[in-house]
Formats: sequence, C-alpha cells, structure tokens
Amino acid sequence: MEALYAITLGVLVASGVYLLLRARIFPVVLGLTLISYAVNLFLFAMGRLVTGAPAVIGKSTEFADPLPQALVLTAIVIGFAMTAFVLVLALRGMGELRSDHVDGQEPRQ
Amino acid sequence: MILALILLLPFLGAFLPTLAEGRGRLACALATALAPAIAFGLLLSEAGRVFSGEALILYQPWLTELGLNLSLRLDGLGFLFALMILGIGLLVILYAHYYLGRHEAAGRFFTYLLLFMGAMLGVVLSENLLLMLVFWEMTSLSSFLLIGFWSHRRDARMGAGMSLTITAGGGFALLAGILLIGHIVGSFELSDVLAAGDLIREHALYPLALILVLLGVFTKSAQFPFHFWLPRAMAAPTPVSAYLHSATMVKAGIFLLARLYPALSGSDWWFYLVSLTGLSTLLVGAVLALFQTDLKGLLAYSTISHLGLITLLFGLDAPLANVAAIFHIINHATFKASLFMAAGIIDHETGTRDMRRINGLWKYMPHTAVLAMVASLAMAGVPLLNGFLSKEMFFGETLHQSLFGGFNWLVPTLATVAGMFSVAYSLRFIHDVFFNGEPIDLPKYPPHEPPRYMKIPVEILVLLCLVVGMLPAWTVAPLLASAASASLNGLLPEYSLSIWHGFNMPLAMSTLALLGGLALYAARKPLYAWFDGLPSFNALMIFDRAMTSLVNVARRVTRALESGSLQSYLTWVLALALLLVVVALSPLRVLSGELQMTPPDPVTALGLLVLLAAGALTVVFHLRYLTALAMISVVGLMVSLTFARFSAPDLALTQLSVEVVSIILMLLALFFLPLRTQVETSSLRGLRDMVVAVAVGTLVAVLAFAVLTRPYETIAGFFLANSVPGGGGTNVVNVILVDFRGFDTLGEISVLAIAAVGIYGLLHGLHLPHPRRDYRGQPWSTDSHPMILDVLARTIMPLALLVSVFIFLRGHNLPGGGFIAGLVTAVALVLQYISHGVTWAESRQPFSYHAVAGGGVLIAALTGLGSWAFGHPFLTSAFGHFHIPYIGELELATAMLFDLGVYLAVVGATLLILSNIGHVSQAECEEVL
Repeated sequence: MEALYAITLGVLVASGVYLLLRARIFPVVLGLTLISYAVNLFLFAMGRLVTGAPAVIGKSTEFADPLPQALVLTAIVIGFAMTAFVLVLALRGMGELRSDHVDGQEPRQ
Repeated sequence: MILALILLLPFLGAFLPTLAEGRGRLACALATALAPAIAFGLLLSEAGRVFSGEALILYQPWLTELGLNLSLRLDGLGFLFALMILGIGLLVILYAHYYLGRHEAAGRFFTYLLLFMGAMLGVVLSENLLLMLVFWEMTSLSSFLLIGFWSHRRDARMGAGMSLTITAGGGFALLAGILLIGHIVGSFELSDVLAAGDLIREHALYPLALILVLLGVFTKSAQFPFHFWLPRAMAAPTPVSAYLHSATMVKAGIFLLARLYPALSGSDWWFYLVSLTGLSTLLVGAVLALFQTDLKGLLAYSTISHLGLITLLFGLDAPLANVAAIFHIINHATFKASLFMAAGIIDHETGTRDMRRINGLWKYMPHTAVLAMVASLAMAGVPLLNGFLSKEMFFGETLHQSLFGGFNWLVPTLATVAGMFSVAYSLRFIHDVFFNGEPIDLPKYPPHEPPRYMKIPVEILVLLCLVVGMLPAWTVAPLLASAASASLNGLLPEYSLSIWHGFNMPLAMSTLALLGGLALYAARKPLYAWFDGLPSFNALMIFDRAMTSLVNVARRVTRALESGSLQSYLTWVLALALLLVVVALSPLRVLSGELQMTPPDPVTALGLLVLLAAGALTVVFHLRYLTALAMISVVGLMVSLTFARFSAPDLALTQLSVEVVSIILMLLALFFLPLRTQVETSSLRGLRDMVVAVAVGTLVAVLAFAVLTRPYETIAGFFLANSVPGGGGTNVVNVILVDFRGFDTLGEISVLAIAAVGIYGLLHGLHLPHPRRDYRGQPWSTDSHPMILDVLARTIMPLALLVSVFIFLRGHNLPGGGFIAGLVTAVALVLQYISHGVTWAESRQPFSYHAVAGGGVLIAALTGLGSWAFGHPFLTSAFGHFHIPYIGELELATAMLFDLGVYLAVVGATLLILSNIGHVSQAECEEVL
C-alpha cells in the first residue's frame, strides 16, 4: 500500500510541476492545486498510513497520529486561501495588463 | 567604564551640532567640541596608568558564540592614536568653524566629523578584532560622507565614491583575513591573538591571512598601487583633509600594522610584502609630489610618501624600526595636519590652490607664511624640527637590514633619493607659494591674513613640531615609549632620542638628502618639462573604466539570470532544489526501510489508482480548461476519500467542503479567462518541462516511500493522553487545533482573513470584459437564475445551516469543528448567490463579511486573552459539563468560544472572496452569479 501511495504522490507532483511550468495562468493554478494536494497527502502520511483508528478517544484502542492531521487541516484551508489569492491576482493582472501570460505580457513572436 | 565613555562620547555628541545649528555658528562649533573635549580630558586622566605599561581592558560579552564581544582596550598604542584623534580633532573643529562659509551646512558637517571621530576611536580602542572591523567600515562610510560633503561638485562625488570603493574593498579583504586569524587562534580578542604569534606564523593559512589583512591595510593607508584614491579625496573641504588624510583615516592602516605586529610580523612574507610595498610607495609618492601644481595635491602625494616610509619601517621587522615608525606617525601627524590647515588658509584667502598662480604671499600673509615654512621644513627633515629626528632613525634603520642579500645597499640608497625629493617638494611648497614673484590672476585679491583664531590650531601644531624637534626626551619620550612597547608586546629596545648622535651614516644621508634636494629644486624647470612630456596617466579614467566594465559584467549576468520569464525562474528553482535533494539523499543506500508494508486492499488500491489517473488526466486535458477542472475535482474528491480511509475523518470533511468552494472559485475565474486551445510551447521546451516534472515526481515518490517504510518517533502520546483531562475533548485533532496548538490556529485564521481582505483589495474597482459566448462559441444562457436550482437552494439553506451547527457542536468530541462547520455554512450561502444572484443575496445579508471575518479573529484572540484574567497563560482553556433543558448533558469549554471565532473567520473570509469575484462583472450588465 505504501508503494502505491508513494507512486500516487509522485504522479501528482509530476503533473503539478509540469502544469506549473506552463505559460498561461490557469494551468499554473491547476498545477499549484495539484502540488498542494500532494503536499497535504505527504504531510499527512508522516503519521504513517493507519486504517480504522481515528484519533477520537473512546472510539477505538489504537489511534492514528493526530498531530499531522491537525497541521494538514489548517493547511487545507490556507491552501484554499492561497489558490484564491493567486487566481484573483491573475484576474487583476488580466484587468491591468490584458494578458493571462504568467510574465504579464504576451511573448514576443 | 571611562574607556567606554571615551568611545561613546563622540557618538552621543554627534546630534548636538545639528540641534545647535539654529542658535548660530559659534554655538554649533562649541556644541561639537563639547563631547571630544570631555573625552580628551578623560583620556588624559588615564595617562598615568597607560604610561606605567598597563593595558586597560573592558570586557563585555555580546555574541560570544560568534566570538564577537564588546571588549575595549587602552594601551600605549591605543592611547597615542586616541590622543591624536581627539587632540587634532579638537583643533580641526576650531579651524573648520572659520573655514566653512556662512551658508554651508555646518551642523551636518560637524555631525559627520563626530561620527568619523567615534568610528576612528572605535578602531584604535577595540580589543575584539571583529568589533574593530565594524568601526573600520564605519570610518570608510563616514569618510565617504565627509569627502563628498560638497555634494554639488562632481569631483567631490567622484573622489568620495572612489575612496569608498577602494577602502571598503580593502575592508572586505580585511574581514576575510581577520576571520582566518580568528580561525587559527580560536579567539578574536587581541590579547589572545597577540600572544599567539608563533601559532599564526606556523599555520598553513598564514600567508593567505597575512595577504588579506595587508590588502585592508594598504588600501586604507593609500599604499602603492592603491594610492590613487588619496589625491582624488582632496576634493574634500580642507579641514577634512587635515583630519582624515594626515592623522587619522590613512593612519588606520598603519595602526593595524603596529597593532598586529607581534602576531603577524617576523616572517619572510611580512618582510618582503610590507617593506617592498612601503619602499615603492615612498618613492612614487615623493617623486610625484614634486610635480603637482595643486597645493593640496602636493600634500596628498607627500602624505602617500610618508605613509610608505612608515610602512617600510614596519616591514624592516626590527624592534628599533618599529620605534622609528611610531615616532614618525606622531611627527607626520603634527606637521602634515598643520600644512593642510595652512594650505586651506591660503585657498580660503586667495580662492585658488594652483601653485602656478599663487606666488609671493610672503608680502600679504607673513604670519601664515612663517607657520607653513616651519612645518614644511619639518616635513623636509631639517634639524631642530621633529621630522629630522624620525627621519634620521629611518635612515639608520635602512642600513640595518640584510634580507635583500646582494641588494641590501639599494634600500638606503633609494631612501636617500626619496629624502631628496622630499626636500625638493618641501622647498617647492615654500618657494612657489610665498616667494617666486607676484601672484598671478588670483580670484581674491589682495590676499590677507585669516581671522586670528583660525591660525591657533596651526600655531599649536607648529609649536609641537619645534618642541619635539628640540626637546624630544622631555616631551614625546613617554608617549613614544609606551606606544612602541605596546606595539612590540612589551619588548622595548634601547634607543636614544637626542638630536646629536655624532658623525655617522644617518647624518651623512640626511645631509646628502638636504643638498640633493636643493640641487633637484634648482634643476626644477627641465624636470617639470620632462614630466610634462611623459604620457599622462589618469588614474581616475582607468578606475572609471574598470568600474564601468564591472557594472556591465554584473548587468549582463543579471540579465541572463533575470530574464523576466517566470517559467525559466521556476525551472531554475526546481532544478536546483532537485540537485540539492539528490545530493542530500545520495547516502541513502537502501530505499525501503525495516517497516513491513501494509497489504493493499482492492478498494483502496482502486481509489488511489483513480486519484493517480485523475492527476495525470488533468495534465492531458490542461488545454481544455473545463475538462481539466472536472479532472482536478476528481482528484480533490479522491484525496478526501484517502483521508477518510486512513483514519482522518476531520481531514476528509475539511477537504470535501474546501473542494466545493475551490471548484466554484475556479469556475468563476474561468468565466473571465481567455480560453486557449493551442499548445504554446515548443516541443523542446515541453520535453524539458516533462523531464523536470518526472524527475521531481520521482524524487517525491522515492522520498515518500523511504519515509513511509521507516519507523518514527512521535509526540502523539502526549496529545492522546492529555486531550480529555487537559482539553476536555475526545476528538484529539480538534483539541490540538483549538487548545494545544491554539496559537497556531489563531495565526492561521488571521492569515485567512488577511488573504480575504487582500483579495477584496485586488478586486476593488476591477472590471473585466464580460464574455458573451462560451468556449464553444454558443451564447451564454440568458436564464441566470434557473428555477429548479432556485427552489432547491432555498430549501437546502436552513438544512445546511442546521448541519453546520451540528458539526460545530460535536467538533470537540467527534469529527467536526469550526473549520468544517464554517465551510459548510459558506457553501450554503454561496449556493444562494449562485441561484439568486449577487444583488438578491446581498440585500438579505445582515453583516458585512469583513466584519464577520474580523470579528471571528477578534473573538478567537479575546478568548485567548481571557485566560490572562484568570492568571493563566494565553489561550489556556477551561471546560465544564452543564445540563441544558431539552438538549441534555453538554460539555462546554472556552475552546468552543475559540472555535466559534474560527468558524466566523472561515465563513467571513470565504464569502468575502467568492462574493467579490461575483462583483467583477456586475458593472457591465447582467450578473454572472
């Protein structure tokens, strides 16, 4: 299971990085989103992969590590704020520069 | 303590001149003199202890791990320099008071002067070498300000820039040298360094450290070939030249030679480097001085030559030569400072410094003429004046060296030649300026004597030249003995300070120099003609060209790296990160750790495969934005299921609700973004990106796998054990968020609120063109509020709110909490915007979202502060069990209040973001939402 999990992370990051290197803003935002999924999954997995043991006292005898979960929970919300900020920045850039190229101007032909 | 006060006073007093400027020029000068005068008195009060051979050390630990301490030292050497800095400094203040024009910013000038004085005192009084270096750099900076004081003049700006470039460059080398010395000795304290001379000299890094330190010394003390900045610095006001370029700034390098003498000298490296540099500087300076037509230019080159003489003496590496060097430091400071001041008076009264025009001033200003002539004769080394004594010691020392082997005779010979030129340029200064016919075309005519008190500083210095020259044993002896003894680490040789030593070689050399100098000056006309015929060598132009080409190279490098293309930056960053991680991971021999892998179950494996495939498909469809968005929403969904599968119900709920708002957000943005369907990048670039992406992905996979199969230590036990007794909740994740790590959460909701406000600011006043057709070219539906959605949204609203209350309340004990409840509420509200439009939704909105988000952060913060009222640390939670009618037993904790803050911040921020994007298109026509 760990191997499959690691490969999934790898594919997510690779896809994210490829999109991050595109020239137009929307794929870049998609790339950032993919990378933040991968990062969250990675951080979460630092508590190792445990099934059927949520960290709720009294519900089971074994518990998954609650600390990475707490960290990732806020990271998810902040990740949303970041994505929103980047998107709005891109919109503002569109408004000011009339271009959705990541350099703020259309490439010279 | 007195030691610290001496050093601090000029810095404390630096504000006074500016403050006193409004009260008149005299008040300004008096305010300036106050601090140095007190410091001077304090210094003299320590004279007895210093002359008895004691080294006063004040040690105050600062950054001890770095070896940087606020430790000061006052011994004979430091005392001598501090005396010159403060004494001549006071005279310069008096002189400058008369020198500066009525309209000039005297307050600023004196402030710079005091800053420089403090920095210089810091250099000579530091016990810690790093501390000394800090002051060293400060002298470079403050001298830059002083030299460039007349900033409206181009030559002043250029001169200041050049001196800063050269001396600060040297300072950089010095820093490296001192770090090496500290590395060798293991301490930066002078006491340790001076005691470790043998250790330093035997170390393999000694030559490197020595060369670096000497680079700092030679640039600062204008040694050949770094001498060219000093004549350019003559663009400074003359009080600055009298102060910086005779007694202080240029002597800082020499001071360091004397200071580090016990630690660095005593090797062939030292001997050849220092003595040869000194010898060439002595000659170059002396010869060039004769051919200057500018009064201050002559003095500048003569200063270079005398600095070379002192350096040569240190380079000869004999105790007696060291004594002679220090003696000449004192003498040169007195006669050169007075000469600069005299030159300034002449410049002031005639309006020019050109010696071809200034002639015959004896008639107009006899008093100044006498003073200047005595000082020039001291410079020439005429008997009964101080310059003679140290010069004779110098001649004597040049005879006592043997390291040049068959060329030993060359040193005294060249020294005598330099002595001749020194006599010749001194004669030129006297003859050209005060005799040699009538003045030619002076801007101010007729010249007359300056104000009475302007001559006082010159008189004092000239008097010192005479007294030291005639009664050395009664005046300068104890000062010289204590300074030389400090420089030699206590090993003072036998020497005699009398004027007459009988007929010997040095006397013969002195006589030869005097006669030769007379002969040289007599033959000046053909010599000048010869010099004028030489190809001109403009140091400024060469320096300028070097600087320009340096800047061009820097610009080219910058342009290559900073191309303005985000894509290339990102590629660089990723490639570099890749490289660093690969290097760091290279010791990893076995990929898989000792932990047993969990056997895959088919459902989970299928889920992960779907996740993987959806991620890859996002890339495949990335040119079809809507499809890519659909793919990425599958990724988000699968991520949330993954969390659920691996025992993280809170995360699953959060991810699920965030997913909804994110996708809505991206859909909204997509409405405005132009749709692209063509590949823009070349296939080569695509391939390169692919390689980078696959490499990074592989690395992450390897890293994740390596970590996941290795055991780890966790602090989870603490949270699990204390969650119920300490935080009053069974859902450990939530207790961590609102209690154990509450401060983090407070920070995070603040970030969320700040991001929302930032987005609001970015969107404010933004109007984007409203696309009429979708990406298939079909017009958008005119029915912006579809009936079914409308009805459903209204029905769902109360239900969703009820769910969010439920999730909020159970959060402390079961999966849920403020974050998730806030997101659920936000989704319910956003649905109203989508179904009814912005106008409809906003007219029914009771609070502004700014207030909700801000109020949330405020409530969370106040909850934290509340615990202060009960004497507990910030964010300590309290809880208890209450029986509430109809609901039953309920546990209430202050953490819940904190969670309410989280809830409100999330709702406010999310809606602030989404509703404002809806506004963007509003101004145009119909609503999007």
